[in-house]
Amino acid sequence: MEQHAGLQKSTVIKRRRRRRRALALRRRWLWRIAGYTAIIVSMVVIGLPIYWMLIASLKTSREIYTVPPTWIPLNPTLDNYPAAWRAAPFARYYLNSIIVTLATTLSKMTLAVLTAYALVFLRFPGKNIVFLIVLAALMVPAQITIVPNFLTMADLGLVNTYWGLILPGAATAFGTFLMRQYFMTLPREVFEAAEIDGAGHMRRLWEIAVPLAMPALATTGLFAVVNEWNEFLWPLIITSTENMRTLPIGVARLLDQEGLARWGVVMAGTMFVVLPVVVLFVWAQRYIVEGIAAGAVKG
Amino acid sequence: MSAFSVSRPRASAREWRERLLFLLLIGPNVLLLAAFTFWPMIYNAYLSTISWNFLSPIRRFVGLRNYETVLSSEIFRIVLINTAVFTVVSVAATMILGLGLALLLNQPLRWRDGARAVLFTPTVLSGAAIAIVWIYIFDPRFGLLAQILGWFGILSPNWLADPNWAMTALLIVYIWKNTGYAVVIYLAGLQTIDRTLYEAARIDGAGPWGQFWHVTLPGLSPIIFFLLVTSVLACFQAFDIIRVMTDGGPVNATNMLVYHLYERGFIQSQAGPAGVVAMVMFVLMLILTLLQLRFLERRVHYS
Repeated sequence: MEQHAGLQKSTVIKRRRRRRRALALRRRWLWRIAGYTAIIVSMVVIGLPIYWMLIASLKTSREIYTVPPTWIPLNPTLDNYPAAWRAAPFARYYLNSIIVTLATTLSKMTLAVLTAYALVFLRFPGKNIVFLIVLAALMVPAQITIVPNFLTMADLGLVNTYWGLILPGAATAFGTFLMRQYFMTLPREVFEAAEIDGAGHMRRLWEIAVPLAMPALATTGLFAVVNEWNEFLWPLIITSTENMRTLPIGVARLLDQEGLARWGVVMAGTMFVVLPVVVLFVWAQRYIVEGIAAGAVKG
Repeated sequence: MSAFSVSRPRASAREWRERLLFLLLIGPNVLLLAAFTFWPMIYNAYLSTISWNFLSPIRRFVGLRNYETVLSSEIFRIVLINTAVFTVVSVAATMILGLGLALLLNQPLRWRDGARAVLFTPTVLSGAAIAIVWIYIFDPRFGLLAQILGWFGILSPNWLADPNWAMTALLIVYIWKNTGYAVVIYLAGLQTIDRTLYEAARIDGAGPWGQFWHVTLPGLSPIIFFLLVTSVLACFQAFDIIRVMTDGGPVNATNMLVYHLYERGFIQSQAGPAGVVAMVMFVLMLILTLLQLRFLERRVHYS
C-alpha cells in the first residue's frame, strides 16, 4: 500500500517533469521561429531602401515616373551613371574625397600612436596634465567649433583649400585615448628587453609598439576612413567652388541642381558616394562590427 | 632609489633627451588640438559677447545682450523643443527596438552574423546620400512609401512639405540608420553575461520574464548606459540628413541645434547669436560627456 503510493507519486513527478520539459522545448522552438522572423523582417526593412536606390539608378527616366512604381526595372539601363558623371564633376569629387580621407586618416593614426607612446613609455614631469588636455578635447564636439574655425581659416587664407579641409580633423583626442589604453596593456618586459639590447625609443616605437598595436590601429583607421568619407558639415562650410567639393557635398548639390526632374541620375550619383564604403564594409565588416562591439564592452 | 632621485640636483643629459623626445612626439597633436578644438571655445565665448556680421570692420561689444536675445527668442524655444522631441523619440525607439532584436538574435541561428552585418550597414553610409534616397522614398506620388501605404488604402502624407509630418519622416530615417548600431552593442553586451546566472535563476524558479528582469537587464545596465549617452550625444549633433532632407523646415518644424548654429552663423551671418548657440550646446553636451567619461573610467578601472 505504502509502496503503491510511492510509485504513484514518482510517476506524477515524472509526468510533471516531462510536461515541463516539453513546455521548455516548445518555448525554445517558438523563440527560434521568432528569431528567424526578426532576421527576415529586419533584412527587408534595412534592405528595401538600399534596393530602391539601386533599381532607381537602373531605370529609364520614363519608368521612374510611372505610378505605381515598378519593383523590377522593365528595361534596366546603365545610362544614368555616365549622365550623373557628366552632370557634376564627380571625378574631381572623388579625387578630393580620397585626398582628404587619406590625409586625415593617416594624420590621425600617426599622431595617435606618437602621443600615446610618449604618454605611456616616456618620462616627463607632469605628463598626466598632457593626458588631461587630451581628455578635455574629447568634451568639445566638432560641430560647435565651425564658426571660429572658419574664421581662423579665413585669417590664414585657407578657405576652399585642401589644408582648410584637412587641418581641423587632423588631430585626434579619441584615437590617442584608445591607443593609450591599448599600449598600457602591452607587456612591459618586451620593451625592457629591447632597451637592454640597445634599441632607442624610435625603434621600440616602430618595431615593437606599432606592430603589436596593429589590430587596434587598423580599427581606428577603418573608423577614421568611414567617418571622413561621410563627413558633411565642415566640407560644406569650408569649400566654395566645385573643384574643392567632396563627394557628399557634391551629391547634395546634384540633388539641388537636378531636383526632382531626373531621379535616376541623382540615384546614380548617390551610388557613387555609397559604393566605396559598401565595398570597404563588405571586405572589413568583421573588424568594423567587432571593433564597435569591443569598444563598448571593454570601454 | 627615491632618496637618490630626491637629492639628485638636476636631470641627466639622457633624461633631457627623453623630455625633448616627449615634447616632439606629443607636439603636433597637442598644437592641432589647441588650435582647432580649444581656441574655438575661447573664440566662441568672445563671439557671444559682440555684435558683428563677419564682414564689417566694426565689432561692437554688447556684453550679455546676445544671450538675452537668443535665449528669449521664439525660434530658439522651437529649436530646443524640436531637439528634445527628436532625441527622446529617436533614442527610445532605437534602444527598445535594438534590445528586442538583439534578444531575438542572441541564440544559435543560421545567418545570424550576416544579419548583424546587414543591420549595421546603414550606420556606415553617408548621411547625405541616405537623405537623398529617403527623399525619393518619401515622394508622395511615385515614392516607395506611398505605394506601400496605398496597399492598405492609406493616402501618403506629403511627408517633407508638411510641418506636421516632417519630423516623423526624419525620425524614421534616423531610426532606420541607427538601430543596427544598438543591436551590435547589445549583442556584445549579452555575450558578457555569465551563463551560470541564468541557470541559478531557473533553479530559483524564474521564468523567461524573471530571467530577463533579474539577470539580463542588470547584466546589460552598463551597456544600456553607454548606449543612452552616446545616442543622446549623436542626436544633439545631427546635421547632414536634416540639411539635405528638410533644411530645418518646413517652417522650422525640423530646425535643431546644429542646424540652427549653421543657420545663425553661415546663412544669417550673426556672429554673436551663433556664439551663444555654440556655448549653450557646449554646456549641454559637456554634462553628457562627463557622464560618459565617468562610465569609461569605471570600465577601465574595474575591468
